[in-house]
Amino acid sequence: MRGWQRPSYWPFIAPALTVVLAVIIFPWAYTIWMSLHEWKVGSPPTFVGLANYIRLPSDTRFVESIGHTLVYTALSVVLPVALGTFAAVVFHNKFPMRGFLRGLFIMPMMATPVAIALVWTMMFHPQLGILNYLLSLVGLPPQLWVFHPATVIPSLVLVETWQWTPLVMLIVLGGLAAIPTEPYESAQIDGATRWQTFRYISLPLIMPFLFIAGMIRMIDAVKSFDIIFAITQGGPGTASETINLYLYSVAFVYYDVGYASAIVVVFFALIVALAGALLRLRQTTHWNDAGGSA
Amino acid sequence: MSRLRELLGQAGLAFALLVIVSPAVLFFLWMLSLSVKFEIDNASYPPVFIPEHFNWGNYAAVLSSNRFSTYFMNSLIVTGAATGFALLVGVPAGYGLARMRAHKAAIVILIARITPGLSYLIPLFLLFQWLGLLGTLWPQIIIHLVVTVPIVIWIMIGYFETTPMELEESALIDGANRWQIFRYVALPIARPGIAVAFILAVIFSWNNFVFGIVLAGRETRTLPVAVYNMISFDQLSWGPLAAAALIVTLPVLLLTMFAQRQIVAGLTAGAVKGG
Repeated sequence: MRGWQRPSYWPFIAPALTVVLAVIIFPWAYTIWMSLHEWKVGSPPTFVGLANYIRLPSDTRFVESIGHTLVYTALSVVLPVALGTFAAVVFHNKFPMRGFLRGLFIMPMMATPVAIALVWTMMFHPQLGILNYLLSLVGLPPQLWVFHPATVIPSLVLVETWQWTPLVMLIVLGGLAAIPTEPYESAQIDGATRWQTFRYISLPLIMPFLFIAGMIRMIDAVKSFDIIFAITQGGPGTASETINLYLYSVAFVYYDVGYASAIVVVFFALIVALAGALLRLRQTTHWNDAGGSA
Repeated sequence: MSRLRELLGQAGLAFALLVIVSPAVLFFLWMLSLSVKFEIDNASYPPVFIPEHFNWGNYAAVLSSNRFSTYFMNSLIVTGAATGFALLVGVPAGYGLARMRAHKAAIVILIARITPGLSYLIPLFLLFQWLGLLGTLWPQIIIHLVVTVPIVIWIMIGYFETTPMELEESALIDGANRWQIFRYVALPIARPGIAVAFILAVIFSWNNFVFGIVLAGRETRTLPVAVYNMISFDQLSWGPLAAAALIVTLPVLLLTMFAQRQIVAGLTAGAVKGG
């Protein structure tokens, strides 16, 4: 009876499975096939084996784009996770209009990225932008922001952080809500300060949520596109060209789809490797935590 | 003494809230300010926050431009079709996967979540070219499924896993078939979950930019692509540009404020994002 019942759910899944096969699995299989071919749009593909992959390490633009991506990603994980955790601790309190304020707070991540990128571009304007005016109010010299190779990535990270801190906040807030109240009550009796309560009770308990938030942030930051494309297009020069931006150029400016497909495969492997590294990091810190508290 | 401490604590909380919420609020207020000013105010230094004369003409200029209604309709059709179709196939799939306890299926969703949106574009672009679909809205509708279908399936699996089985079992004993149980027992209970999936799918499809810049032609642009293309034409007229940006994102912002409870529930459950 059970054995007969179970397969009968297949009709529910079949339509979605067809769609997933068509728009997710097929592109993946096709990408791997294309990556083994020399193929520019408009000319027939020729099989070249792993030549596209062998070409990658000597492509300085690609190698540099990896560096840009890693710097951009590291900053775009650390800053939102730190600020988002702080915001979650604040939002964990009870206060009037909490829902409304939380709604305002999450607006940056729901807003259309291109629309906000446009406004940030105006704000970054060296002469007329509001950011340099704000700096002048606190006595700081004007900056070139996204118009200078040295400051372009930090400036873009500023936008990314502004945009995605709310997501970290929501995830960590979920973690804080799941903590039972007893440890806090006994800490209060023992006269622990606010910082001590956070450091020794909340933080270890929300660590798994910080980890999830960091992982999601890494995955999103590493493939960030809209903000960078709309504000700098990878410039000035190629100073903010991440792998994703370079991939766009290879695929849809040069139409070198074979080579672009090889970049896709390596890019995906890099994301999986970074996720694996984060997982390892979690296991080792977990071990340290256990040792520290013992 | 403890009363004073409590008061200080509340003042500190209020201050912390102000610090946290103001970057978001001030940004959108500045966006609004840019969009209602004449160029002379937008180009003045120090900046003008609330102008003496409002220029609502910026909005009129955007709304009355003959192409705006086309792009708005394109966005509406692409997001509407991609979301509707995703619900049609995704809600039953979420139900089936939850009941089969097919947790391994989540790996496909995970891969979809990790893969950069651009990587779908190359093979599907070639496919659409070969099928002769470029120049119509079909390529964008189909590729937006990459965003909407995983969101819907992911949220619905989570939702159906938490709904009670007892009702379904008693319906089965009463002689209802699987389809009837889904239609008349499971689906009505899952309505809040469907609302969450719908809202998130709409937002991430509406916001999508990367698919449009590659697949959209002059007549088939969605609003985000149209706004982006305005930059090159109106490099120095910030007013209309900010007005256009605000018009594009306004539906999403309103949805966020009115449905923030559902959005928060959906994002914390699945932590999904498209693209």
